[in-house]
Amino acid sequence: MKDALLKTLAGLIFGFLGAALISWIVGESPLFVMKVMFESAFGSVYNFGLSLFYATPLIFTGLSVAIAFHAGLFNIGAEGQLALGALAATCFALWFPSLSPWLGIPLALLFGAIIGGFWGWIAGWLKEKRGSHEVITTIMLNFIAAAIVSWLVTKVYQSPIVQSPETAEISEHYFIQERDPLYQIFDGAPISIALLFAIGLAIGVWVLLFKTKLGFEIRALGKSESTAEVSGISSSKVRQIAMFLAGACASFVSFAEIIGSAGKYRLGFSPEYGFMGIAVALLARNNPIGILFSAFLFGALHKGAADLDIETEFVTRDLSLVIQSLILIAVAIAIEWKKGRRA
Amino acid sequence: MYFIEKKVRLPAMKKILISLCFLVLTVSSSAWALNVALVLDKGGKDDKSFNSAAFAGVEKAKKELGITYKYVETMDDTAVEATMRSFAAKKYDLIIGVGFSMAEAVKKVSKQYPNISFALVDAEVDHPNVRSLLFEEHQGSYLVGAVAAMKSKTGKIGFLGGMDVPLIRRFAMGFEAGVKKINPKAEILENYIGVTGEAWNNPAKAKELSLAMFSKNVDVIFAAAGASNYGLFDAAEEKRKYAIGVDSNQNWIKPGTILTSMLKRVDVAVFDAAKDLKEGKFKGGTVRFGLANQGIDYAMDEHNKSLITKEIKTKVEQLKKDILSGKIVVPDYYKRNE
Repeated sequence: MKDALLKTLAGLIFGFLGAALISWIVGESPLFVMKVMFESAFGSVYNFGLSLFYATPLIFTGLSVAIAFHAGLFNIGAEGQLALGALAATCFALWFPSLSPWLGIPLALLFGAIIGGFWGWIAGWLKEKRGSHEVITTIMLNFIAAAIVSWLVTKVYQSPIVQSPETAEISEHYFIQERDPLYQIFDGAPISIALLFAIGLAIGVWVLLFKTKLGFEIRALGKSESTAEVSGISSSKVRQIAMFLAGACASFVSFAEIIGSAGKYRLGFSPEYGFMGIAVALLARNNPIGILFSAFLFGALHKGAADLDIETEFVTRDLSLVIQSLILIAVAIAIEWKKGRRA
Repeated sequence: MYFIEKKVRLPAMKKILISLCFLVLTVSSSAWALNVALVLDKGGKDDKSFNSAAFAGVEKAKKELGITYKYVETMDDTAVEATMRSFAAKKYDLIIGVGFSMAEAVKKVSKQYPNISFALVDAEVDHPNVRSLLFEEHQGSYLVGAVAAMKSKTGKIGFLGGMDVPLIRRFAMGFEAGVKKINPKAEILENYIGVTGEAWNNPAKAKELSLAMFSKNVDVIFAAAGASNYGLFDAAEEKRKYAIGVDSNQNWIKPGTILTSMLKRVDVAVFDAAKDLKEGKFKGGTVRFGLANQGIDYAMDEHNKSLITKEIKTKVEQLKKDILSGKIVVPDYYKRNE
C-alpha cells in the first residue's frame, strides 16, 4: 500500500517535471505555467467548484472501468454506456415531468442505470455466448450508442427553440440547481449534489468489492477464471453482472451533467469522460477510494489547463493531456519496475 | 484628540490618493488598450472560412485600432462558459462568441457581468450589453446558386452542409431557389456531414460525400461546412468539377476549381463591434448583415475571373438588384412556417 502510494507520487512528480520541461523548451516560464494552472484549478471558489465538477463524472466512469477490471474485463465502453444511460435518464424526466424530486430523480437515475447497465451487459453476454473479446465489443458498442443517441436527440427529442442538437429542458422537479446546497456554495460553478452521490457510490463499490460475496466472486474471477470455476463460482453469471454494474456506474454521469448542471441532454456533452475514466481507474489501481483522488486530480488538471489558453503565449490547454499521459506512463513503469527485475 | 484625528486623517488621505491613482490608471488604460476576447467554435481558427473570418476581424482591429486580443478554440460546452467567465473576471472589455453554440454561455455570463460588452455571431441574446450579429445567408446563397446553375452542364447540382441545423438549412434553401431561378429543371442533391460540432472539422467525410455526389453526375457543389470545405475542394480538383466556397473568400485556395465564395462578412461585424466600443458607440441589440450593407456578398477576384463570364456576372448583378428592390423574395428557412 505504502509502496503503491510512493510510486504514484513518483509518477505525479515525473508528470509535472516533464510538463515544466516542455513549457521551458517552447519558451514559457515553467513556474508561470504552473502558477496559472494552479490558480485556474484552485484560485477561486468558482474555479475550485469547476475542478470538482469535472471530477464528478470521472468518478463514475472510473468506477465503471474498475468494476469491470476486477472481474478481469477491460471496459472501453463507458463512453457509450454513459451516453445511452444519460439520455435514458433525461427521457424519463421528460416523460414524467411532474413527479416530485424525491421520487423522480432516483427513478430517472435508476432508469438510466438500467439502460446503461444493459448496454454494458451486452458486452458481457457476447463474451459468454460468442467468446467475443470485450475490448472489441465495447468499442463497437460505443459507436452504436453514439448513433442511437444522435438519432434520438436530433430526430425525436430535439428542442425546437435552439440550433444546437439538444433535448428540451427537463422540468424544475428534476432540474434542482437553484435549490442545490453545493451549487450555492461554489459561486455559480455547475457543481451539484451529484458529487456527494459519487463519493457515496465509490464507498458503496468498495464495500461491494471487498466486503460482500458477490465482490469476492468478481475478484476471484478476475484473478483466475479456472480457480473461480473450481470453487463453484459461475463465471458466466458473475461476468455479466460485473458488466451490468459497470454500465450502471457510467450512466450516473447524467446526475452531474444533466440533472445537476445542464438541465437537458446536449449531444456531445462529454469531453470523453468514458475514456478518461480508464486513466483515472489505472492511476488509482482500480481502488474505488483511490478513484476519488485520481478523479479529482484529473478534474483539476482539466480545469487548470483551461486558463493556459488565455494566459500564455506558447502552450495551450493540451498541456494537461501531456501531463496526464506522462503521469500514466510513469506510474505504469513504476508498477512494472519491480516485477521486471524479478523476472 | 490630536493623535486620533491624525490617525483618522492619514488613511483617508491615502485612500484619496490611491483612488486618484486608480482613476488615472483606468482612464488611461481604457483610452489606449481595448482587450478583446474571441471564443471560436469547433471549426477552429484555421478553417479559412467562418472562424478565420472572425479572426481576421480582430486582427484588423489590432492593426487599425490598436486593440489587444486573445482567442480560444472550443473544447466542450461547459468549457465555453468557464472560459468566458475567466475572460470577464480578467476584465476584458469585449468578449465575442463565434457561432450559435456560444449563445447559452453568452446569455449566462453577460448577465453576471453587466458592465462588460459581448458580441455573439449567428444567434440572438436579448441583454443590453450583448450585440447579436445576424446574417442574411439565404440571399448570398441564392446568388451563388444562380452561378452554379449557369456553370452546370449536367443540370445536377450539389449542396454540402456541415452540421445539420436550421442555420445551414437556410443556406440550402436559398441556394436551391437560386439554382431553380436559372434552371427550373435542375436536380439538387443535398447532404450534411453530421449532427454535432465535429461536422465543422471533418474534411475526410466531406470529401467522401462530394465524391459520391460527383459520381452521380453532379458538376457543381456548394459547401457550407467550415473547415470541412477542404474535403470538397480536394474532391472537385481531383474530378475536375466545380466547387463554391463559403463565409471567407476561399477562391484562392484552388483557383480554377472554386467558382466563387458566398461571403459572410463576420470579419466586418466583429471589427465594427470593436470599433464602436472603442469609440464609445457600442450598443446592445441585434445587427443584421445582408446584401444591402455588403455583410453578405459573392466573391469576385483575380482567382475566379476566368471562370465567371461577363454574362454570368451581369445576370447575378441583376438578381442582386432585384433582391434589393424586393422584386425577388428569397425563401428564408427561418420563416418557412409563416
